Amino acid sequence: MNYLIGAFKPACNISITFTDGKTRKQVPMKKENGQTVMVPLFQSQENIAGKISIEPLQGKRVEHNGIKVELLGQIEMYFDRGNFYDFTSLVRELDIPGEIYERKTYPFEFSTVEMPYETYNGVNVRLRYVLKVTISRGYAGSIIENQDFMVCNYSPPPSINNSIKMEVGIEDCLHIEFEYNKSKYHLKDVIIGKIYFLLVRIKIKNMDLEIRRRESTGAGANTHVETETLAKFELMDGAPVRGESIPIRLFLSPYELTPTHRNINNKFSVKYYLNLVLVDEEDRRYFKQQEITIYRLQDNS
Amino acid sequence: MIANGVEDEEKWLAAAIAGLQQNAFYMHRALDSNNLRDALKYSAQMLSELRTSKLSPHKYYELYMRAFDELRKLEMFFKEETRRGCSIIDLYELVQHAGNILPRLYLLCTVGSVYIKSKEAPAKDVLKDLVEMCRGIQHPVRGLFLRSYLSQVSRDKLPDIGSEYEGDAETVMDAVEFVLQNFTEMNKLWVRMQHQGPAREKEKREKERSELRDLVGKNLHVLSQIEGVDLEMYKDTVLPRVLEQVVNCKDELAQFYLMDCVIQVFPDEYHLQTLEVLLGACPQLQPSVDVKTVLSRLMERLSNYAASSAEVLPEFLQVEAFSKLNNAIGTVIEAQVDMPIFGAVTLYSSLLTFTLHVHPDRLDYADQVLGACFKKLSSKGKLDDSRATKQIVALLSAPLEKYNDVVTALKLSNYPKVMEYLDSETNKVMATVIIQSIMKNKTNISTAGKVEALFELITGLIKDLDGAHEEVDEDDFNEEQNSVARLIQMLHNDDPEEMYKIICTVRKWIMTGGPRRLPFTVPPLVFSSLKLVRTLQGQDQGQDENPFGDESSITPKKIFQLLNQTIEVLSTVPAPELALQLYLQCAEAANDSDLEPVAYEFFTQAYILYEEEVSDSKAQVTALHLMIGTLQRMVVFGVENRDTLTHKATGYSAKLLKKLINAELFMGVHISFGVLICLKRALRIANAAQQMSNAARGSTGSAMLFVEILNKYLYFFEKENPQITAAVIQSLIELIKTEMQSESVTPDLVLMLSLPAHCGTFSSRNRKVEQLVKGMSPSRHDGVVG
Repeated sequence: MNYLIGAFKPACNISITFTDGKTRKQVPMKKENGQTVMVPLFQSQENIAGKISIEPLQGKRVEHNGIKVELLGQIEMYFDRGNFYDFTSLVRELDIPGEIYERKTYPFEFSTVEMPYETYNGVNVRLRYVLKVTISRGYAGSIIENQDFMVCNYSPPPSINNSIKMEVGIEDCLHIEFEYNKSKYHLKDVIIGKIYFLLVRIKIKNMDLEIRRRESTGAGANTHVETETLAKFELMDGAPVRGESIPIRLFLSPYELTPTHRNINNKFSVKYYLNLVLVDEEDRRYFKQQEITIYRLQDNS
Repeated sequence: MIANGVEDEEKWLAAAIAGLQQNAFYMHRALDSNNLRDALKYSAQMLSELRTSKLSPHKYYELYMRAFDELRKLEMFFKEETRRGCSIIDLYELVQHAGNILPRLYLLCTVGSVYIKSKEAPAKDVLKDLVEMCRGIQHPVRGLFLRSYLSQVSRDKLPDIGSEYEGDAETVMDAVEFVLQNFTEMNKLWVRMQHQGPAREKEKREKERSELRDLVGKNLHVLSQIEGVDLEMYKDTVLPRVLEQVVNCKDELAQFYLMDCVIQVFPDEYHLQTLEVLLGACPQLQPSVDVKTVLSRLMERLSNYAASSAEVLPEFLQVEAFSKLNNAIGTVIEAQVDMPIFGAVTLYSSLLTFTLHVHPDRLDYADQVLGACFKKLSSKGKLDDSRATKQIVALLSAPLEKYNDVVTALKLSNYPKVMEYLDSETNKVMATVIIQSIMKNKTNISTAGKVEALFELITGLIKDLDGAHEEVDEDDFNEEQNSVARLIQMLHNDDPEEMYKIICTVRKWIMTGGPRRLPFTVPPLVFSSLKLVRTLQGQDQGQDENPFGDESSITPKKIFQLLNQTIEVLSTVPAPELALQLYLQCAEAANDSDLEPVAYEFFTQAYILYEEEVSDSKAQVTALHLMIGTLQRMVVFGVENRDTLTHKATGYSAKLLKKLINAELFMGVHISFGVLICLKRALRIANAAQQMSNAARGSTGSAMLFVEILNKYLYFFEKENPQITAAVIQSLIELIKTEMQSESVTPDLVLMLSLPAHCGTFSSRNRKVEQLVKGMSPSRHDGVVG
């Protein structure tokens, strides 16, 4: 659509402002072109209200077949680019067909909008929310303006949050027991734990704790799985002996994590894993991966 | 290959330093512009240089020190940052975001230091967290340095008593706990170093490890500096924990070093009060650990402590330090079967020093130590280990030095037993040391019992030790024997009874000395016996009024008898001249004691010796000189005895004269003779000699003899002996004149003639002599008078 704007100057400027735009929290969002813009942040069940003003260019008039604003929740698969799947779609008609000669402002409001999914920008998939203003025109093509906004949904602390404790090993070679204090962490949480060495017959060089994100898209035979290592945190340097216990304290805040997403609209999932990796002197890797759940905790600030 | 390695290492170090400096530069820039994020980033990068595994501990240390300096700046920055409003807690979290553990932990310790200072959290919590987190470094060298850094930054922030970081009750315990934990972990890392890497580099690793040991030991030093570590805490917590670690680490190097550290850093008083625990750990150490040095140092310290002030001595008694140490040493020696004898002896030596300092009054302790040492030695046989020998010498010297008095040492019944185990060489050295000690301190060894013990000690000098018949240096031997001789001279007791016993004891010992020693040892014995004789005389005179003195008391006669037997031995050595001299000495003493038969007996012995043993004519002259000289002084002889003796003497002289030896020898006899007879006899012999000499080679000898005789005549004439008349002298002078004319007068003779002239001058009162002499040789006389 951009090329249209470039080729023909649009007949009018459309601006979307939110009622509480001044006070609402703005968060950065990466656009497709790589630029980062600040967009307002909402959560589910909020009222999304504001004004849309349309201002024709000097001396021009805009003839239209009607003006509407849509609130769309879209999932875009990158292998199927340009094809959006709208899981939420709300429309407000703003004007009946007619002409605009001068700046005209339309208030709009979507009340207690159900936005069950969070904005997500992954490797193969994107989930976004957008306000889309459409000035329908016949032959000249519609004039469309999009305003992205971000949605984050907060969860209460889980009522059950067991620690992860496990003993793993390779027979007569390496036996360790590790423990992470929880199985569910919020985004600013800190992972506390320890690794206890029960048997060490290999010469370990170091040990890292990795946070891995596993994004799977599609379904059935078309499933795409993409795994990223978001954090590589060195836990231990050097070779421990039997009986050593190594502490873990990993702050999650420095990493760009999202909450765990499970089967979002049957389109995709995002899961997180803690991967404990031991590397021996011959650079062989021994690892054990454990899923953790990440959630967004309402911060009081 | 190795040189290459060193070169490479230099290169790596240079590269690491360059990297460190570069990042430090960016860090400084960030610090200057108060950019916390960059400061953290670059400091972490800077610290990443410490992640290297390529450097030896020595080089790593160099790198570490540079990083350390930079971290000080960073710490200052953190401090300012918190002043500017940055929450220290946030900062504490922020540094933990670093992905690499080593930089992360260095930063954490640095911030932790600021955190404690800020007092936003109790020091103990921060410290506990830091020391726990440091577990992440399991690499020995890197771990040791990191923990050393932790120790360094925290040592002024421990929640010690009186410290500003002291929290509520019992926080000293936290401080102690912290240091102990850090110590334990460091030691584990240090020990582990030994077991990592290829076996062939074992030696190199050991070297590297000993370079690192102070990092570990410093913790103990910190512990000792904690004000709140009082005796009770030391006893209940610190020592048991430290020892537990030391014992359990089962590492030779660590055990030795740490035991020593414990001994050196904590106060003596603590050691004394925890002696049992400390000593209890010793037998549990690895067999290869040099426990003896550890114990020796401990005892050395305690000895010095005891020596420092008399006030502390009761403490030693209270804790029964000696018996504990003694037991411990016993256990250790028993446990360490392979311990070289050197080690055992060192231990005993230290223990002995200890007892001497702490219990100077308990000789039984010292003897007990020596006894134990003897027992140990007896299971090993004679020593051939030079170090062990040295230690034994030290062991044996200790009591001498301490008491400055051999007498005390003589009370130690095990002393000589231990000494027996020295090789004969060292034994002699030791014996010499003992003698020197006596000399130096002028120790009076005054009973026969002590003398007996003493000689037992110095047996090595007194007689040839069994089998050992090695060639010794003549000078050394003489030196040794001279010192024995000096020693004999020093033995003294005012009580003649006891003195006699001493002499008997000495005699018994020196008789075993063999022919080489007797000439050295007999004379001092003889003289000290004679001294006794003289003492007796003095007493006799004093006790004249009490003739019923002690019946059993010794008499000079008894002594002389003993002497006679003693000297007799010399003649078999053979040392006839010496024996002869001694006989004469005895004779003279007997003379003074008014014991004619004894004196006579001695003379007889001397004469026999002269006749039978002295064959060299030079020696005969000397001997005869002595005999006559002595005879001259004898007053005790009755006429008959004197005649016998003088006749014999003149006979000997005559014999000698025949061999063209001086007739003047003969002169000495005069006093006991009718002077004239004697002189006449001399003349006669001289004549005979003259004839013989004429016959033989026509020398000037006889004229000289006449002059000599004339000289004697003159002497008596001067004394106005009625038998010597001017006529007699005149005739003698005539005789000489003729004699001189018949011979070509040599300057020699003129010289001889001047002799009587001289004599004349001396007694110029006597004009007659003067005239006579003038008549003989006026020109000469003028010359002299003029």
